[in-house]
Amino acid sequence: MGKLNFRVVIFALAFVFGVVFSIPSLVQSDSGKKITLGLDLQGGLHMLLGIKTEEAIKSYIKSLASTAKFELDKKDIVIDNITFDMESVSFEVLDEDEVQNALTLLQETLKEDKVTLQKNRITITLPQLQIQKVTQKAITQAVETIRNRLNQFGLAEPTVAKQGKDKILVEVPGIKTEEDKNRIKKLIAKTAHLQLMAVDEGKAARANVMSELEAKKYGDIILTDVKNPNEKYLLRAIPILDGSMLTDAKSVYDKNGQPMITFELNGEGAKIFAKFTEKAAPTRARLAIVLDKKVYSAPHINERIGGGRGQITGGFTINEANDVAIALRSGALLAPVYVMEERSIGPSLGKDSIIASSIALISGFALVFLFMIFYYGMAGMIADIALIANLFLIIAIMSLFGATLTLPGMAGIVLTVGMAVDANVIINERIRELLHEGKSVAKAIEDGYSNAFTAIWDANVTTLIASTLLFFYGTGAIKGFAVTMTIGILASMLTAILGTHGIYQMVLPKIKKEKLGFWFGIKGVK
Amino acid sequence: MELFKYKDPIQLMAKAKYFGLLSLIVVVSSWAIVFVKGFNYGIDFAGGTLIQVKYEKKAPLKDIRAALSKVKKYKNASVTNFGSEQEVVIRTKSSSTVVGKDVGKEIASILKDTGKVEIRRVDMVGPKIGGELREKGIKATLFAILGILIYISFRFEWRFALASVIALVHDVSIAFGAIALFQVPFNLDILAAILTILGYSLNDTIIVFDRIREGIEKAKNVILGDIIDESVTKTLSRTTLTSLTTFFVVLVLYLFGGEILKGFSFTLLVGVVVGTYSSIFIASPILMWLGFSVKDYKQMLAEKKKREIEKDKLRNQFEQGVV
Repeated sequence: MGKLNFRVVIFALAFVFGVVFSIPSLVQSDSGKKITLGLDLQGGLHMLLGIKTEEAIKSYIKSLASTAKFELDKKDIVIDNITFDMESVSFEVLDEDEVQNALTLLQETLKEDKVTLQKNRITITLPQLQIQKVTQKAITQAVETIRNRLNQFGLAEPTVAKQGKDKILVEVPGIKTEEDKNRIKKLIAKTAHLQLMAVDEGKAARANVMSELEAKKYGDIILTDVKNPNEKYLLRAIPILDGSMLTDAKSVYDKNGQPMITFELNGEGAKIFAKFTEKAAPTRARLAIVLDKKVYSAPHINERIGGGRGQITGGFTINEANDVAIALRSGALLAPVYVMEERSIGPSLGKDSIIASSIALISGFALVFLFMIFYYGMAGMIADIALIANLFLIIAIMSLFGATLTLPGMAGIVLTVGMAVDANVIINERIRELLHEGKSVAKAIEDGYSNAFTAIWDANVTTLIASTLLFFYGTGAIKGFAVTMTIGILASMLTAILGTHGIYQMVLPKIKKEKLGFWFGIKGVK
Repeated sequence: MELFKYKDPIQLMAKAKYFGLLSLIVVVSSWAIVFVKGFNYGIDFAGGTLIQVKYEKKAPLKDIRAALSKVKKYKNASVTNFGSEQEVVIRTKSSSTVVGKDVGKEIASILKDTGKVEIRRVDMVGPKIGGELREKGIKATLFAILGILIYISFRFEWRFALASVIALVHDVSIAFGAIALFQVPFNLDILAAILTILGYSLNDTIIVFDRIREGIEKAKNVILGDIIDESVTKTLSRTTLTSLTTFFVVLVLYLFGGEILKGFSFTLLVGVVVGTYSSIFIASPILMWLGFSVKDYKQMLAEKKKREIEKDKLRNQFEQGVV
């Protein structure tokens, strides 16, 4: 063996580094940093969700109305004729003497909103800044809520992240069955908006014949029963309280063995609830339990209920009850979400893709490996050693960064195998050329490397420009292609240029001019 | 083994106009094909829904179409085999925005009487996202070309940059023509393939240009055609070999990589062949036609060197404290 040199030492270190850090990924060990398989390889659900932020603003305006009514009720100021639009709510104060009091009271409580008065009509308007704030909050809250729900569902490592200005990326790997996928989608979609609403007992008998418009005029809305869509309820539009005052929700079995959900309210909620039941008890008025705009039950109130506990019954299966409880616990979505893009891959297709792309990788690698030896002799073998090091380095670097390997990513590795030997082809051709010119072996190698360098450098930089742009503008699985290409090119600079150079320097004393056929695959050099 | 032994330069530039003409014809017909047939935009760019299903036995295409035609939403769905007789892809232009509803489940229930069926993949892209992806794709390609143009101008000279970009446009045009001719579904992976072709073809071109640059610096002869002939001949073996190894692996990917990668590897196959051709026969003649002058370039190099020597001299004087 020839002498060690800095190039070969660096190469050896890189090789060892590559092997050591790719082991956890290759043997799929439980410890150590590994490459994550993309959804297209392991199966799973990818969704890009949009948010109907205008709904969040609508419900914020409604909650403003609730607050206003609650505050005014405390002072016994009666209001009526409530109307809403996209940025304001307005109502009439019936007692004209109280108008000024009401205005001052509301201006004090609702500092961030604009409260104005026209005759005896008070209007609460949302300033632009407040609208933006509500919108932003709806988005961040949706991201967190969906993340909470998926975490509680108990699947491995779901990703929920805000993307762009107003989109949510949801990725759930490792879904085994179609049924699980459906449950997950339903769980995400659930607005889980719990409302406790008073039945408008005075007009309740006409619920089935009244039009929505007429109901609106009375400040009521019509909702249907969850099981029987023909059964309608006329409810006061402003809810008594909603899910934001919820502290806990559990799925349990009732005494008949039917699954149901129990919930607990926070202190404020419990107070409001107690006060309402106290007022409703003498007339045995009904209280509707409304979830996502469907009435689950509307029991008569017989007595004041303190403690702030309630229950939702309505013929759930145990899975449904579980999912609803999860959704209630992790909070309502301030605004409903909708699908902009969805990709789901079954686990069996992922497996097939892994097998197909692995076959391509192995056979592509074998072809190039053998061709290089066949064409260049030992010089080809040296290039092959660099190629092997390159593959290990790609896997090691991806493992260390916890990068995701996708199907296009596999294609990128296959392509790298074809292109990484390019540097060695260029160098070997230069060396052959110089040998034909009659240069000594040592001189041919040194000059071969220095002559080839600028070409390899410029070529790699331009390829990097293309792959970097692909990384920044590519989406999803395509990003994986850019990642493996980029890492492959960078690693090839180390292995194919520096590494092979070092090996040549080390074995140089062994290379005899008479044996150029063996070493470089050429004949006829004097 | 040695396939290409360098003897005398191959007289390529003398025949350059024939290659130019050939390329012009192919490029123009490619654009004609794109214009007449149009791209078969996949759902990534056009929006819509794609469902891949697998049967245990041969998929009953007729029954599937009949079952789907009973449902309004899937009336105009296209049904084609995908890779094997058991697998089928169903494609519609519509997409749903409801999170809770599952297209896979819906299709499974529509197809339940056609045999035992497994839903393997559902891709659904809304119209807004399709537009965004298209915009991003065009941006990526344009920026890539621009970046490359700037880099080569900086490393070589503007005519080199322009010549390589024309060669790139040539390659991408022909690749587009092939995609349109065979109606390969144009999805994000095709875009990735196009960008890879950009990088790859340029790689080849730069290796040749690098030789030309080197040739100019060394040669006493100032006839560009001769220098190009010699450089192309000297890099011919490298160009062919690298193209071969790359072609091998892409072919393997095409044959064994699975149906999903078919469009991607097909585009690359075309790109590798065309990219190799263009860097040998097109990029260098364009350099000639752009009026590149060896004399001027040598003068520029000489001046650059002179400036550097002057700078060194000044630095030396400065260090020695003469100034």
